[in-house]
Amino acid sequence: MNHHEHHIHGGLIPFVHLVLGLFLILVIFFYLLAANRSSRKYKKWPIHRTLFWCLGVTCIGASIMGPVGEKAHTEFTWHMGGHLLLGMLAPFLLVLSAPVTLVLHTLPVRMARQLSCFLRRRLTHLVSSPLAASILNIGGLWVLYTTSLYGSMHQSVSLYLLVHVHIFLAGYLYTAAMIYIDPVSNRFSFGHRAAVLILSLAGHGILSKWIYANPPTGVPRAQAELGGMLMYYGGDAIELMIIFILCLQWYKSARPRTSMSVAYKG
Amino acid sequence: MSVHNQANLLKRNLFSGVLFGIGLAAFIDETVFHQLLHWHHFYDKSTTALGLVSDGVFHAFSWFATIASLFMFADLRRKSALNFLRWLGGVFLGYGLFQLYDGTVQHKVMRIHQIRYNVDILPYDMIWNAVALASVIIGFRLLSRSRSKSQQNKGNKTNESS
Repeated sequence: MNHHEHHIHGGLIPFVHLVLGLFLILVIFFYLLAANRSSRKYKKWPIHRTLFWCLGVTCIGASIMGPVGEKAHTEFTWHMGGHLLLGMLAPFLLVLSAPVTLVLHTLPVRMARQLSCFLRRRLTHLVSSPLAASILNIGGLWVLYTTSLYGSMHQSVSLYLLVHVHIFLAGYLYTAAMIYIDPVSNRFSFGHRAAVLILSLAGHGILSKWIYANPPTGVPRAQAELGGMLMYYGGDAIELMIIFILCLQWYKSARPRTSMSVAYKG
Repeated sequence: MSVHNQANLLKRNLFSGVLFGIGLAAFIDETVFHQLLHWHHFYDKSTTALGLVSDGVFHAFSWFATIASLFMFADLRRKSALNFLRWLGGVFLGYGLFQLYDGTVQHKVMRIHQIRYNVDILPYDMIWNAVALASVIIGFRLLSRSRSKSQQNKGNKTNESS
């Protein structure tokens, strides 16, 4: 099963890639359009946010199309590289580009209100809480790699797409639940987010070592070992950036109005 | 600044130091023993399930602790509340305690991996844990020194004001 030569994908794959490619180009185009519009209506939309968006969308594309996506079908290590791009790096970059803020800036008032109502709904709150988002994200990975799902995913195009959409969405939800860039109506304390972040990072690390020792169905041992290590250290690198932003946000919020020495003097 | 707040900031010096010490121990473990020397192994077949969990949690925690402690350090400086001796005591304490836990419980009981393979492990284990213990003792000494120093300062201040 390692070499999926007799993939049923065959003719479908180029079509899926074409649709996805067009969609991603459109998504970048709309962001640029919205950024331009927001800059005219409000103060200038920061250029770094636009850059993060373009990079994030590129990561999605690179994880599925191009050489990484190509090899991901046959080699587990590349699959893991693609997973890091799609499930961690792309969501992180996209969260930093504040898409919800941009949408709220540019939608007509009535639709913007509807969107903000949706964001404030109970179910949205529940799903976007750090704990639920972590379970969806890390729990989903455990299901993927410790059950037969990984094997069956390569047999069916729809399952393959579903798993990848989930990896991306859960990754985005997770990152957005940890670092607050866009407006959040149901905020959790830094301590709470830090604790859940540590536990989920632990879950990610444990799963990587589990994969190292117990290759998923059809994956040769050497590839599972390399893939597990890539997941472990690659995950660390991206989590490091999330931790850094979370701590930076704490640091900014804990800013004193006056320092102690000034208070004493004054 | 209220007395309560000051006590809080003093505690935070220790807390930040301990967190940084834990992070430092984990960082040295990873860079020196895993990556540079290749003594430690990524995975050891005799690892217990609990060992895998403990290793995962501590690895994640130390990663977070390193960054969080440095931001706390910057916050203390910004508030002119940094007590460096107390912070340093915390670093030694955190470093030693984590290495001791790693060297006894994680390496020996949970068997996540050994310090080095294909050698007589006893001297390695003894040095590893002796360094950890020494670090804990230095940490406590520094803390008690910072405490007596701050009490002295307090005494001086009351003398001046009376």
